[in-house]
Amino acid sequence: MNSSRVETMDDFVSLKSKKEKGFFDNSGPESSRSRLARRKFFQKLLFIMFRIAAGLNGVVLLIIVYYLVSNGWRAINWTFLTQAPMDSMTKGGILPCIVGTFLLGVGALVVAFPIGVASAIYINEYARPGKVLRIVRLGISNLAGVPSVVFGLFGLAFFVIYLEMGVSLLAGALTLGAMSLPVIIGSSEEALKAVPNTYREASLGLGATKWQTIWRVVLPSALPGILTGGILGLSRAAGETAPIMFTAAVFFTPRLPKSVFDEVMALPYHIYVLATAGTEIEATRHLQYGTALVLIVMVLGLNLVAIIWRSRLRRKMK
Amino acid sequence: MVMRRQLKEKFMRNLFTLVAFASIAILLAITIFLFKEGLPVFNLISVKDFFFGIYWYPTSDPPDFGIFPLIVASISVTLLSASIAIPLGVMTAVYLAEVASPRVRELIKPIVELLAALPSVVIGFFGMVVVAPFLQNTFNIATGLNLFNASLMLAFMSIPTICSISEDAVYSVPDALREASLALGATHLETIFRVVLPAAVSGICTAIILGMSRAIGETMVVLMVAGGAAMVPSSIFDPVRAMPGSIAAEMAEAPFRGDHYHALFATAIVLFMFTFLFNLIADYMSHKYRQVGDATL
Repeated sequence: MNSSRVETMDDFVSLKSKKEKGFFDNSGPESSRSRLARRKFFQKLLFIMFRIAAGLNGVVLLIIVYYLVSNGWRAINWTFLTQAPMDSMTKGGILPCIVGTFLLGVGALVVAFPIGVASAIYINEYARPGKVLRIVRLGISNLAGVPSVVFGLFGLAFFVIYLEMGVSLLAGALTLGAMSLPVIIGSSEEALKAVPNTYREASLGLGATKWQTIWRVVLPSALPGILTGGILGLSRAAGETAPIMFTAAVFFTPRLPKSVFDEVMALPYHIYVLATAGTEIEATRHLQYGTALVLIVMVLGLNLVAIIWRSRLRRKMK
Repeated sequence: MVMRRQLKEKFMRNLFTLVAFASIAILLAITIFLFKEGLPVFNLISVKDFFFGIYWYPTSDPPDFGIFPLIVASISVTLLSASIAIPLGVMTAVYLAEVASPRVRELIKPIVELLAALPSVVIGFFGMVVVAPFLQNTFNIATGLNLFNASLMLAFMSIPTICSISEDAVYSVPDALREASLALGATHLETIFRVVLPAAVSGICTAIILGMSRAIGETMVVLMVAGGAAMVPSSIFDPVRAMPGSIAAEMAEAPFRGDHYHALFATAIVLFMFTFLFNLIADYMSHKYRQVGDATL
């Protein structure tokens, strides 16, 4: 007989008594006190596991940073930071890569920041809950989920070939801009949401129009939070490799870019090339570590600034 | 004056509405151009042979464009990394939202954010020069660049995604539920497992799916660490070639608008479909099973 099915009155009674036994029977061989002790013990055990899982994140971050710093710091000196690669990239520095990554990041920000902030303003200030807003949000979350290599192919097909920009700084910046757009929208939206509604009401109550309220009241108080989002977008764009592989970056170019239609070198791509396709992979290991160290100092530095700035803002808000 | 202000108002509203559709326009443009460059490959090969062909020899003559090994590689890497990242990510989230003191929380949250900010090429590089030799020596295997290594690296890239979204979900469970459970005599742990987690389950599922979506689309790690052999793996220490890695590695050499070029774009369509589907499911779950107050529990 299937014990969970209740067909007759007898079944019902037996089921009921079983259940009641489970619930109220604390008087068995074990006293309720020792049971409580066991429950507390389990709690302690699992909380320790949770703590270990959380700590593991820190350990992994530390290990990665430790390896890069301990192997990379010796490669870094003034020549390394201020010269172009030499002898088919086995000697010399990484200046063109630093400049390229900086320009790509800033270019991406110039493209994505205005569009991102404007989208956030629409979502938080103008849009009413409904179908349109739902579609816009769905578009943003799906854009955030597009794989970076697909952005690279899109940039190749659209900017490089269809719009005839060629492999260039401009095509790379536009591709990276499209990719970092969701990051900027997300954090701008959060910043706008944090502006208290009383500000808006006070401004509207004084007779200001909606746009005047946004421009003179909402945006100034949300500005620091929005800029934090910009920094995060910049760091995301600077660290990406796949989107620029076919749109902007080249193995080697001795000169710095003169116009937006020039191709560039970039730190992430330089690491990839040296580590997988260089002429002497083992011999240039210290250069690879050095380049990786410069990249994470840039990226993690930007992120730290954003995190610290944001936590200060939050404290001020309270 | 009033007329002009009203006109400006209208103009601004329309302008912002228009700009807000930029994301959708980009998404559409991506779809259009992927299909435009990818579909021509199906003049050469049938859809069935493309998906289920087990040979990927794009440069031999005649070339073989069967992406089945690449799909299997992508899925197995994603599942293995998810099996590492889900427990760790959710446990970290529960720890941060339920157990940790505010001071510990202030310390660990930035660490998780920094982990998310590490450039993928750096993680790939780390997997290549540090983890691969370690695995090779410890397990005495032919190569440290394999499915397991790639999954491990991907796991630590998707933990931050899983953790931060799950944490939001756990955090937004109303306190009244916790208090009710504790008042009935449940311990903190029992409250977490029987009340808080069930209430947050839709958010946690969303987090898991988005984390897996990140793992399947991640390029540099599988390109540098997975080993690059285009065959169906038979053990977790086999080298594999996942879809994003294959695209990134071969695109530079594929002749412009040749068959190989089109085949790589078609692979990108498949990859795009996977992540698109993951995101749609995540969106559906977060709307459908959203916890509204205490009533829906």
